[in-house]
Order: sequence, then C-alpha cells, then structure tokens
Amino acid sequence: MTATVEPSAPETRHPDRRPGELTFRELLRFAWRQLTSMRTALILLLLLALAAVPGSVIPQEGVDSLKTGNWKDAHPTLTPIYEKLDLFDVYGSVWFAAVYILLMVSLVGCIVPRLFVYWRAARAVPPAAPRNLSRMPDHETYRTDESPEEVLARARAVLARKGYRLRPAAEGDDAVSAERGYLREAGNLVFHLSVLIVLAGFAIGGMFGFKGGVIVIQGDTFSNNLTQYDDFVPGSLFRASQLNPFSFRVDDFNIEWLTSGPRQGMARGFEAPLSYRTSPDAPEQTYDLRVNHPLSIGGTDVFLIGHGYAPVITIRDGEGNVVYSRATPFLPADASFLSFGVVKAPDALPEGIGLEGLLYPTYASVDGNPFNVMGDDKNPVLSMRVYTGDLNMDNGSPQSVYVLDKSKATMLEKKDGKPYRLDLALGQTVALPNGLGTVSFDDITPWVRIQMSQTPGKMVALTGVVLALVGLVGSLFLRPRRVWVRARRMDDGDPGGSGDSGGSGHAGPPGTLVEVAALDRSGGGDVAPVLASIVSAVRGGSAPTAEETS
Amino acid sequence: MTDTAWEMLSNRAVATAGILYFLALLAHLVEWSTMRKVPVEVAAGATSGTTSGTTAAGGVLVDLGPTAPTAAEERDADRIALFGRLGLILTGLGVAAHFVALVGRGMAADPNRVPWGNMYEFTLSGVFLVAALYLAFYKKFALAWLSLSVTTFVVAMLMVDVIWLYGPVAPLTEALNSPWLVIHVISACIATGAFTLGGMTSVLFLLKERQLAKGKQPRGWMARVPAPARLDLVAYRMHAFAFPVWTFAVLITGPIWAHQAWSSYWNWDPKEVWAFITWVVYAAYLHARSTAGWKGRNAAILALVGTATLWFNFIGINYFSTTSQHSYAAPAPVVQVAPGSGSVGV
Repeated sequence: MTATVEPSAPETRHPDRRPGELTFRELLRFAWRQLTSMRTALILLLLLALAAVPGSVIPQEGVDSLKTGNWKDAHPTLTPIYEKLDLFDVYGSVWFAAVYILLMVSLVGCIVPRLFVYWRAARAVPPAAPRNLSRMPDHETYRTDESPEEVLARARAVLARKGYRLRPAAEGDDAVSAERGYLREAGNLVFHLSVLIVLAGFAIGGMFGFKGGVIVIQGDTFSNNLTQYDDFVPGSLFRASQLNPFSFRVDDFNIEWLTSGPRQGMARGFEAPLSYRTSPDAPEQTYDLRVNHPLSIGGTDVFLIGHGYAPVITIRDGEGNVVYSRATPFLPADASFLSFGVVKAPDALPEGIGLEGLLYPTYASVDGNPFNVMGDDKNPVLSMRVYTGDLNMDNGSPQSVYVLDKSKATMLEKKDGKPYRLDLALGQTVALPNGLGTVSFDDITPWVRIQMSQTPGKMVALTGVVLALVGLVGSLFLRPRRVWVRARRMDDGDPGGSGDSGGSGHAGPPGTLVEVAALDRSGGGDVAPVLASIVSAVRGGSAPTAEETS
Repeated sequence: MTDTAWEMLSNRAVATAGILYFLALLAHLVEWSTMRKVPVEVAAGATSGTTSGTTAAGGVLVDLGPTAPTAAEERDADRIALFGRLGLILTGLGVAAHFVALVGRGMAADPNRVPWGNMYEFTLSGVFLVAALYLAFYKKFALAWLSLSVTTFVVAMLMVDVIWLYGPVAPLTEALNSPWLVIHVISACIATGAFTLGGMTSVLFLLKERQLAKGKQPRGWMARVPAPARLDLVAYRMHAFAFPVWTFAVLITGPIWAHQAWSSYWNWDPKEVWAFITWVVYAAYLHARSTAGWKGRNAAILALVGTATLWFNFIGINYFSTTSQHSYAAPAPVVQVAPGSGSVGV
C-alpha cells in the first residue's frame, strides 16, 4: 500500500514538462495516495498518541478548572504561550482535531477501496494450485496405493467438512484448492468502520449534551432550569429546551465516617434520599441517590459526586436587624473537610459586613494552633476574618458567592494591629467590636453536590465500541489460509516419493504421490499443525500402502 | 479467621511467593549459565532445525548435535533439564502462594471484597497475572526461553510493590464500590500480564535478530532462544490476545463504570489518557506488523514503547498527576468542588 509516483507521466498532453513535474490533478492524487497509505496511517496513529500526552501533564480547563487556574497563576510567563497553543484544552484544540481528522480521512480512504476489493474477493473461488507445491514453506508429501481420484475426492470431503471453500472441480484437475477465513477481512473492515461510529457517538455527546453541577443544601429543592445551576457546560448545539422539567428535594444526607483502621477519617456509604417529580404535575417519587447509582430522569442522569457542610449563620447589624440568616455552603479545602466559605451582608448598618474564613468540622487545638481532626461534624467551629465597608456588590457585574470582593472593604484589626479573628463554636453568638453587630453560628447542615448530564449518543458510542471489539476479535483470530492437495499417479522414474512415508524401498507397483501444502495469509498463523491435521485426515481413510504392510 | 489473621496470612504468602520466585530465578540462572558451557555446535544443532512456522526450539536441550556429545556434555544437558524443571515447579508454587496472598487481602477487608483497593493490590494482581499467564502459555508456545525474563520481572516488581507501594488493608473508597470493579480491573490486569509477556518476547526478538544480523553464530543461551520469526509470531500472538482484552477493559467497561461513578463516560483523566495512548500504540504495533518497512524490528520497538506506556500508566502516572481520579493513594473527598465556578450573584 505504499504510494509511489508513477513515472509514466502522460507526455503527449504536456510536451513541455520537465521530468518529475506533476499536474495539479496528479499532485492531488499523489497526496491522496500518500494520505491513505498504511505508512501514513501508522505515523498518524503515533502522532495521536503523542498529541494526547500534554493533556495528561498540563492541567486541563475542562477536567479541573481550579487546578488550571492555580497553575496559570503560578506560571505567568508560560501561560500566554500555552494559551496560544491551546494547551489548557488539548482535546478540544485545533491541532489535536487535525490529527484525528486526518487519521479518520486516511482510514476512510483506506477502507472504502478495501470494501470493494473484499466484495469481489469474498465471492471469488480459491485460486488454482501452484505448479510446485513442494516450494511452499509448509508442505507434506506421501505415497499411497489409492487412485488420485479417490484421494482428491476424500480431500474435498475433508476440507469441506473443515469449513473450507473449494474451487469447483474441473475436468483434468490433478489438485484441490481450498480457502477459508474470509471473515477476517470482514472483521477488519467492521473494526475500522466502528471507529467512525464511536467518533460519531462521541461527537453527538459533545455537541448536544451538557454537564452541570449544583450544590443543594439538605432540605432544599432543585428545579431543572438553567438559572438554578452553579456551573453549566453545554455542548455547542445544546438548547435549553432539552432540559427535562424535573425537580427534586434532598430529604436527607447520610454518611458513615470510619473512626478506626487505616482509612480512619474516610467517609463511605454516602446516601442522599431524594424526592423527585419528573415534571411539575407528576406524582412525587423517591430515590436513594448514591455514588455509582445515578438516577435517570428522562434523558438526564443525576449523580451524587460530592458533599460538604453549610453552617447556618445569622448576622444582626448594629441596629439589631437580622441582615443575614441562612445556611451557607462552605467548600472542602482538603481531605479532612476543613472548609472555606464567605458570608456577605452588604446591607448591614452602619457598615456592610463580610466574613471570610474556615470551618473546622471537628475542631481541636494543638499547642494553641487550630486543627481539624476529621470530616465528621463532631465539634464544628468557624474561624473567620471580618471585613467592613462596601462589598462592591452594586456595580452590576455578577460575583461568585465563594469570593469576597475586598477592594473597597477594610479588614477588622485588633488594637495591636493583628487581624481580628472571629471564632465561633456551634450555638455561640459573638458581638463584633465597634458596635458593628453580632454573628451567631446557629446550626450546621450538610450539602451535596449533584451533577446532572445529558450524554446523547452514548449508546451509539457503546454500540460502536462493542462492534469494534467484535470486528477486532474476528480480524485477529480468524486465520485465513489456503490449502492445496495434489495427487498424481507416479510413473517409473518419478523423482517424487521421498516424502514422509519414505518407504520407497523397491520399484513395486507405481502408486499415487500426494502433495499437501498450506499457506497462512494472516501473518500471524502457524499452519504446521493445521497441515498435519489435514494430512492425517486425508490419509486417515486410506488403507496403508502395500509397501507399508509388507 | 479474623481479618488480622487474613492480613497476616496474605503478607506471609507474599513473602513466600517472593522467595519461591527468587528460588525459581536462581534455578533458571543455573540452568542458563550451564547452557553457556554447552558447545556451540550442540546448541546450534538444537536450533538449526527450527524455522518459521515449525515447532519451537523451546524443548529441553538434547543431544541432537552433529558431533557425538561427550559425557560432560551429557551431564550438562541433564543439569539443564533438571534446573529448568525445578525453576518451572518453583514458579508454579510461587503462583499458588501469590494467589493465596490475593485471596487473603480480599478476606482481610471488612466487608470482604475483591483485592483491588489500592496500588499495592493492583500491582500484586498485575504481577500475579504476568506469572500466571506465563504458566498458562508455557506449553502452547514452549516458553522455556522466557523463564529468566519472567522470574526476574516478577521478583523485581514484587519488591517494588512491597517496598514502595504497600498499603494496609482498608475498605474500598466509595467510587470503587461497584460490580464493575471486578470486571474492569480483572480485564485490565489480564491484558497487562499478556502485554508484558509480549514485550519480553519482543526484547528477545530484538536481541536475537541483532545477533543474527551481525552474522554471529548464536552462542550459549541465545542459541536456545527460537529463531526471530518464531519470536515475532509468539510476540504477536500475545499482543493479539491482550489487545481485545485491553479494548474491553479500557474502552468498554471503563467508560460504562465512569459514566456511573463520575457522570461522564470519558473524562480525559490522566489514567484514561494514558490507557488511550497505550491502546493507540498497540494499535500501531498491530498495523506495523503488516506494513512494509515496519515489520520485524520497528514493530518490536513499537511493542516495547507499548509496554513502557502500559507500565507508566499502571504505576508512574499516579506520581505525575495528582488530579487523577484513578490515584488511590490517599483518602480524598469524593470530588472537590471548584470555587469560583458558581458565578451566581447573591
């Protein structure tokens, strides 16, 4: 399949051409042949493998946006270069797409002509036996007293029984030609075409699907529309009308903390019992949402992928009004569920109040330093800094609920200039200095992070991979091979007869010389045992020759 | 038996397996070093009958030589046969102890589970399958010439596993708690074992081919390694067996499980990326074997690149990337939430 330029350029049409010059059409043909050659496919495959590497070392926007952001902050010089090269989104980049699209074009260009070749070959009769079977790498010879006709008839029966296709007998034939393993190429073609199906399924998912996440505090209800999501990544052709009109309430959240053993502090058995409706008018149903057990509503899958705590915090301002009172999700910062969060009360009087700091689910003091023992909320303590003034929330641009804008606010300090730290155990209320108001830590509720996604085309992709596997198994384990059996009456002085049976001790009655040869056409077969079994089957029925019995 | 007893049994079984494999390695070393003393003619006589497609020269070296063997040579031949058999038996016992170790790990956990909870256990299983598949294929491919490579590899990897990857028995992390764990991990481990054996065969192919290309008459143990064509065929068979299993593990069961556990069937997680890279490299190997100019040497090199990516993915990537959802080094929250992603104003 290697492409070569035909040197025989049609000189009649272009008498003024220098040798080696190509017309545009020839150039295109040359390029196409190059692209669809096996060698190019091989290089493109290796290129694909190579191109996938950077995405596993450089943090990817689509995989872990937090880590990507941190990496960008830490590498200010590299970031612009990497951004130009799309290295934060390798698998969506133009150059990565270029490699796999070229590979697919090469695949189609290679497979389509092979389909036609196969169409013809699959119906072809096995080719006539080569003249000299003993030149084949795998062959055997023996002598028998049977007539050539008898031998050939038995060979036909044996090979037909073993599933070989036979070349129709013709008058004067001295050999049987047989072939099997036609389905190998079919498997090969199915495998390659299935790769296209997988890619199509993958593309459908990428274009029409979405993935969105939301933090739902225990007891709260989520309705499936765009405004309710914390983050939402739609495919390029996604439409909001695809969202199923379901809603669910997180009734409870159960978790089991390991208090001993090597995984002490690890949680397991997460379970979030939900009450849900598939549409506003539908009856309420319940489902225990667990890891590895998503809930499917319509075409949307609902997953439990994370959990954390939302302390219920109340702020009364200097005038005694409640300016903030709600469960506030804090985000886990490490494996011990030490969590980070922000509270914003911009409307407090006399000044807006902002809190920023940590939640220790199980607080302990080690040598005066705060320490979080584990993720279970056995002794929750909040430790926060206080900011006062304008929290910059009125300038119209949306602000993250997890980030406090401190550009116009001032941090509260103690008299010695050190930051003021607001430490609150569960149930405590602390008065802020300067008559700013009070902060209470009333309660602590768990929240769960729910991910919702639609992946249209996933069954297409799955079907494609399964088909590919079936095709692959066929193309690897079906062994196409050709077998020939030739039987000739031996005349006196025939040079043959020095075969395995070997017993040409005397001139005797001239018998029949049988040659059997087998050829592996897969490049991975071992035909010696096959040959041996055919020879023994063809021979098996024949009575031993006179020579052997005597 | 209590969980602690099971864990101790498992640890002792690992030590026993390690010792047995090491003794097997020693036996094969004696076997192969004795072979060096066997005159070239005798050794060459044993292999010269081997052409592509015929039976392997893996059998015990017998006196086929053109010259009548001396008494000393006969004694050496006996010794080779004896230690070869001893090595094989020790490997078999090692595999049995290794199996006990795996069962013990599973029984030691509360609740009982399959022994695939952390890197120590994954590696223990992967190495087990290298040894077990070697035994399984031993007769079919007459693998006597692979004995030294396999025992060396198994001993070395068990040491790496016990010294650097050991972790105490612990319950499964939540995401692992799925029936797909069984089917995904076992197929990935089987493919890993067969790919590794294929890689070893490819190394021998390259060595042997190079020696023949230099026009040297193979000497000593090299003479006993089958002809390059046979090695190429055996390597291909192993890879051809492993590739569909790998496809099944990585591209079918993996995505199905990922879809259940992580809400997306393909996440471009570093482990997934490297599994994909491994798949592509082995696909390239299978292509190369039927491409002019790539057959033989280049294909064998590709197979080795495949082995390297495979084991890098198995162990190495865990130390390279901390974001991988496949790195079961430390207990971690199920999934961390990216702050700032919620851009909803208050």
